[in-house]
This record gives sequence, structure tokens and C-alpha cells, in this order.
Amino acid sequence: MNVSLEPSRLAPADMMRASLIGLRTRRLRSILSGLGIVIGIAAMVGVLGLSESSKSDLLAQLDQLGTNMLRIEAGSGIGIGTGELPEDSTAMVSRVGPVEQVASISEVESSVYRTDLVPEGQTGGITVKAVDANLLATLQGQMASGIFLDEAASDLPVVVLGSVAAERLGVTDGAGGTVVWLGNEWFSVVGVMDTLDLSPDLDRAALVSYSTAEEFLDHDGVPSTIYVRSDPDDIDAVRSVLPATVNPENPDEVEVTRPSDALEAKEAADQAFTNLLLGLGAVALLVGGVGIANVMVISVLERRGEIGLRRALGATKGHISIQFLGESLILATLGGLGGVALGSAVTAAYAWSQGWDVLIPTVAVVGGLSAALIIGVVAGLYPAMRAARVSPTEALRTL
Amino acid sequence: MSPTASTSTPTTPVPINERTVLALSNVTKSYPGTPPVHAIRGLDLDIRAGELVAIVGPSGSGKSTLLHVIGTLDRATSGTVSVAGYDVDDLNDKQLSSLRSRHIGFVFQQFFLLAGETALDNVADGLLYTGMALSHRRVLAKQALDQVGLAHRMSHEATKLSGGERQRVAIARALIGSPDIILADEPTGNLDSKSGEDVVRLIENLNADGTTIVVITHDHEIAARFPRRVSLLDGRIVEDTRLVETGGMQ
Repeated sequence: MNVSLEPSRLAPADMMRASLIGLRTRRLRSILSGLGIVIGIAAMVGVLGLSESSKSDLLAQLDQLGTNMLRIEAGSGIGIGTGELPEDSTAMVSRVGPVEQVASISEVESSVYRTDLVPEGQTGGITVKAVDANLLATLQGQMASGIFLDEAASDLPVVVLGSVAAERLGVTDGAGGTVVWLGNEWFSVVGVMDTLDLSPDLDRAALVSYSTAEEFLDHDGVPSTIYVRSDPDDIDAVRSVLPATVNPENPDEVEVTRPSDALEAKEAADQAFTNLLLGLGAVALLVGGVGIANVMVISVLERRGEIGLRRALGATKGHISIQFLGESLILATLGGLGGVALGSAVTAAYAWSQGWDVLIPTVAVVGGLSAALIIGVVAGLYPAMRAARVSPTEALRTL
Repeated sequence: MSPTASTSTPTTPVPINERTVLALSNVTKSYPGTPPVHAIRGLDLDIRAGELVAIVGPSGSGKSTLLHVIGTLDRATSGTVSVAGYDVDDLNDKQLSSLRSRHIGFVFQQFFLLAGETALDNVADGLLYTGMALSHRRVLAKQALDQVGLAHRMSHEATKLSGGERQRVAIARALIGSPDIILADEPTGNLDSKSGEDVVRLIENLNADGTTIVVITHDHEIAARFPRRVSLLDGRIVEDTRLVETGGMQ
């Protein structure tokens, strides 16, 4: 009868030390193999972080601009359209209950030049539009400098420029009294608008009041575009009645759009791109995992002597496999931490450069680390099993 | 007398010099193949506590196989092997690991020291799989290094020491848990003659302090210096001689 034999034991701290030996003695190799995981996780955290940060910026933008604005244009419906809205459409629209603000725009057939010496063909792509005085308020736009058109200036040859138009005409200060050549008349620039996110076409336009257009530019005043602000709760109802309201005879020829939809569509497109990048990150992660498995398999082959020694010192097969599994796990975890740090840094730097709020989603951090852990286990499993199967007598014959 | 067959109660300890730490009875070890290789053929061997035994023989005589069987790294094909009172046949793999961790010390020709660790920690690794705390193992490791005369090298990286010193670290590692038996496989095989001589002297001194040591060697000169010499040829013991107290051969 044998007296009882206390089982072999490996204290947790020693298990950790044993698993770190390979990483400590083969540093460069460990760093290089962990790099795959770093890149994979960093890509995923970065993509999620950037998408989240840009989304938050977009939501803030939408919030600021409001989603309750509609844009009415003469559409290309069935029948011969005039490309213009009926003359009294603005008044008709303002009669719809939930409509809070209405402002119309009319295309003026004229061009604006810096001086009267500029050849006629060089319009710089700047259009001239007659607008209502409340357009800026309806669009919730801001002035970069100067003032918008108001009642006081309604009969005077004054113009307000969009941001791009001002740049092209070389007007830097809207309040500086600059004059521009518009329709054979000198017009004073009284203001320059900030960029308008919901109606970028106005950025490239020179705006005058309806009465100014009528008096100086011989314009008939038929609106081509109407902007409507409505009660946000009734936006869909308003949208559905607008075509018939504007043009009861040919509602098909009226096109109603919601400019904020374009921003949302852009977000959806970004999301698709994000998913693609996430997929690429996952592939990088997978390659990183294969790299770790590869390094671990080589390590098992190289360290047969050590495995034999450990078995001679009393290690069980379990102790050997745990040591190698631990090594793979530590490698992947360090890679994961490095990846999260790198991904967060990239996100923060880019978001900062774009003026966005920095948002690192918890799901990216937790998901990234979990993915690294899972990869560590999966990549280490086969090498660990292989290490445990090494026969101690064979291993000790090494060298 | 092996404790496995002993009828004595634990309160009546067997006198140290009569305690058998290793008993092989009709042990064979064959490796499958065509034709099968019979590395050990019907071997009987008893080693008592406190003995210093050289197992000597040319290559292919079965020395390494015998070391693996005695060290429980490999199982005999037939026959019985008892180490430190445990019948190896009765033990499963995990129990064999446990037996090695507490009762057997190994010294190898290639030293097998862990790179990146100090001499002290390499020695402390001798008790790694007993679950003993590192701080406690380091205290014992210090004593073991002192015993092999390397206390001054304890914080040096083990793999950067000279060959002779490395082997002494390995011997300290085998010694640390005061195992019932130390198995040394060609301990001087990788050393120059001066370092080899130092290692042999160290082995003799450790034995004089009561440690049971089996040295496997192909070097007859070294074997001749030890009190007991077992010669192997083709897997059989051809000679088992003991140096008697008076200095002559038994």
C-alpha cells in the first residue's frame, strides 16, 4: 500500500511567472506577434470611436439645425412643368396650421462680379436670388459678418453673400461697405452669411430682396423654392398636404424634401462604411490570432527542453498546457490593451482635429478586450495541448 | 525494505542505511518496432538511502532508459519499480508528477536552466510544483546554493554563469527539496576536466552528508571513484561492485 502522495501544485503567482518566461526571454518576437492584435483591436476601437464621435457631432448638428424644415421646389412631375411655383404659393403655405415660418427664394437671371471690368462669362458659379427677409431666421442660419436683408434696405441696391460666394468675390468683411457689380448696377454688400448646412446652394449665391430685384433687376418675383418650418410633431402631416396646397391643379409637379434627410442619409452611408472597416479590423484581428498561434507553436518546439525539465520537476500535463495557454492569453491581452489605447488615441486625435466631442464607446473597449481574450484562448489552445503531449523523455533528449 | 511491502507502522522508522529508496525487480523496457528494441532486459537493482551509485556503460547499453524508468519519466514494460516507497505501477500520471516533485531530484548533462532567471530562482524552481510560496522556496534555495558553494552567485543570471557553475546551480536545484534520491545524467558530460572534477567532488561531499545519488556516466574513471558501481551492457547488469569500508572491492 502506498502512503498518500500530495498532488503536484503550482501556485497562481508561479503560474503567472511561468507564463511570462517566454515573453520575457523572447521580447521582440512577443512584441511583433502581439502587434497583430494591437492593430486589429485599434482598428475596431478607432472605427467605432470615430463613427460614434462623428455621429454625435451630426446629431448635435441636426439638433441645432432642426429636422422640422421642409423645402418645396417645382418638381419634374407628369406633364409640362414650368419649373416655377405658382405666384401665391408662399401665402398658401403660410395658411397651413402647423407651419411656423415660410420663406421663399426666387432665381434671378443675373450675375454678380467683383467689378464692371470682369468679363461676363466669369460668373464664378455664383447665382443671384431674390429672397424673403425672414429667410435667414427660417433656415436658422448665422451671419459671419454684417447684417441680413431687412425692411429698411428692401428698396436699396444691397446684397448679402453666401460664404462661398463671398470667398470667390474676395469679400472678407460683409460690414466693410464693399461694392460688387450686379446686373449693370453697383450693389453694396451688407453682410456675409455663415455656411448653411441644410441649404448649401445658398452658400454660392448672392441674395437680394424681392423689391430690390423687381426694381433693379427687372425680376417678376415668382418663387422657385420655399423653405417651411413647421411644428416638429406635425411635420409628416404638413409634408403630405404641401403639394396640393402649393399647386392644387398639379400637385405632382411640386417636390417636397426634408434637407435633414440628406444628413441622415450621409450618416447611413457612413454606417455602411463603418461596417466595412469593422470587417477589415476583424480580419486584422484574425490574422493577429493566427500570428500568435504560429509563434506559440514555434515556441513549443523550441522549448522542448524546458518542457522536459518542468515535467522532471513534477509538472503535470495540465501545468504545462496552462503555462502555454497563459502565455498566449497574456500576449493577446497585452495586445488588446495596446489596441484599445492606440485606437482611443487615434480617435481622440482625429475627433479633436475635427472639433468633435471625443466618444470612445464602452462597447468598443469591452468588446475589443473580450475579442483579444477569446483570440488568446483560441490561438493558445492547440499549442498548449501540443506542449502537454510532449513526452518528457523525448523532450529531455533535446539538444 | 520498501515501505510498500513494509509491515512496520509509521512510528517505527526504518534505519536510514537499511531503507531502500529504489527497488527494481525484473524490469524490462522495450520499444515497439520491427524488430522491437529491448533497451532493458530483466533488471534487478536495489539502492539504499545514503548510497552513491555510478551506473556505467557504453552508449546503447540502456543507461538513459534506466534513468528515465527510475526517474518515473517513463514506465517499465514489465517488472516492478518502487521509488521512495511508492510502487510506480500503482500511480497514475498525476501521482508520478507529484512523486517527482517531492521525492526525486534530477541533474542533466545540458543543465536545463531557465534563461532570464537568477541562479536563486532557478534553484527555487526545484520546488516549483510543490505549491510552496516563492519566498519560502527562495530561503531554501539560498541554503542549497550555499551547500554547492555558489552563495555569492545567487543573484546572477543562471545561464550566464560558467559551465561548472551552471551545473552546480542545477545540482542545488535537485538538492533543494531534500529528495529521497538524486539522479544525475552525465553531469560532467558538458564540462571541462577541471569543472568536471569540481562537480564530482561536490557529488561526493553531498553524499557524505547523507544524500542518495545515482550518477549515470560512460566515464569509467569517474565511476571507479564511487562506492558502488553498476555496469550495464545491452540492457543487463553485468557487474555490481561495492567499495567496502576497508577500501577493497566486495
